[in-house]
Amino acid sequence: MSYFAFLTEHGPTLLLGTVTTIKVLVCSAILYVIISMIFGLMRLSKNPAIQGIATVYIEFFRGTSLLVQLFWVYYVLPFFGLSLEAFVAGVVALGMNFGAYGAEIVRAGILAVPKGQWEAAHALNFSPAKRIKRIIIPQIFPIILPPAANLTVELLKATALVALVTVVDLTFEAKQINSITWLSAQCFGTALLIYYIMARFALVPFLRWLEVVAARKVGR
Amino acid sequence: MEMGFRWDFAYEILPQMLWATLNTIIAAGVGYAIALVVGLFFLLGQRTPYKIVNVINRELVEFIRSTPLLIQLFFVYFVLPQFGIKLSAWLCGMITIGLHFGTYLSEVYRGALEGVSKTQWEACRALNFSTVYTYRRIVLPQAFPIAIPGMGNYLVGIFKDTPLLSTIGVAELFHAATAVGGYNYRYLEPYTMVGIIFLTLSIPAAMWVRNLEKKVNVAQGKVKQ
Repeated sequence: MSYFAFLTEHGPTLLLGTVTTIKVLVCSAILYVIISMIFGLMRLSKNPAIQGIATVYIEFFRGTSLLVQLFWVYYVLPFFGLSLEAFVAGVVALGMNFGAYGAEIVRAGILAVPKGQWEAAHALNFSPAKRIKRIIIPQIFPIILPPAANLTVELLKATALVALVTVVDLTFEAKQINSITWLSAQCFGTALLIYYIMARFALVPFLRWLEVVAARKVGR
Repeated sequence: MEMGFRWDFAYEILPQMLWATLNTIIAAGVGYAIALVVGLFFLLGQRTPYKIVNVINRELVEFIRSTPLLIQLFFVYFVLPQFGIKLSAWLCGMITIGLHFGTYLSEVYRGALEGVSKTQWEACRALNFSTVYTYRRIVLPQAFPIAIPGMGNYLVGIFKDTPLLSTIGVAELFHAATAVGGYNYRYLEPYTMVGIIFLTLSIPAAMWVRNLEKKVNVAQGKVKQ
């Protein structure tokens, strides 16, 4: 079977899986950004209880393997009466895991804003909310976006794991086709190529564009 | 079925889990050792004066870095036998982890080498030291401390990615937990224990790396003690 014949027969299936992969990526990216904002701020709180919760959360999710967390959410939570659909379980596990890594980036980003900016905003009698919203946040974006971009590429790669909890994504389809046709080189090779194209020619340019926009916003 | 955490069951499967943990540690150690060496080769490819080698090397590193380790595992495990190369699941896993993380480690090495000031090279040139001597006595001793934190981070990273090996049938900790869980039809205890074992191993490791990083920063004079 030529590679072209393989593509015409199984290409559409792989593309359907790709769409699911993109859905997983988008949903878990939104979730992880929200979680990392919340826990990044909590980590800097002066209240020891809030700071402690954030620290435990971050250490826990960074200390255990993503695959273990994924299986825990999907196979163990039903023991406690909480059954999640595979897609939801995958997104939740990915979002919570990457949120822990993202929280550290957010924390470092906030700390990297010069102290003088806080003091100046204070001296001008801005309210705490306004200080964060108008002075600090616009300045942290150019700082946190490059490491966050790396993390997001890692997230795209990590979405492959949701196939193991029966989400029908690109990896799942590739495995399925492999078990039917045994054309391993073709199906896994194509899957690798699709992931590569998604990362190199879609996700990375988009994230670079975000970086440029954020840098321009603060006049750099 | 009994709900809640069954301590007697957990105790019963503990020896099995601990044995499998040993396998996980071996897998992480061997994979890391391979990655350290592979990283050197990618670094070499990056620094050779031949443009064509540089380009191929860069694209290969980029490709490996931006595709999932899981599919790379499947690729190596399922495709090599079609070309008549029959390797055990263990060997396939170690090779793939070594290749995947070797690309990351080559970046660590590169960053460390670039972290050594250019004037050091110029001084060595002025003193008429050979390239080998410059590397061995001047550059590498300065670059190594810069590389330590990154190298440590990837050791922890590899350790946390070893559960992926279970998908191709390597009998490490996660594989054992799935087997025990399937046999007894109870996943709560095995998977929870895997999580706890990972935490007890990776948190001290991460703390150790952070500590090293601090020490390196102090030794480099970046931070005052």
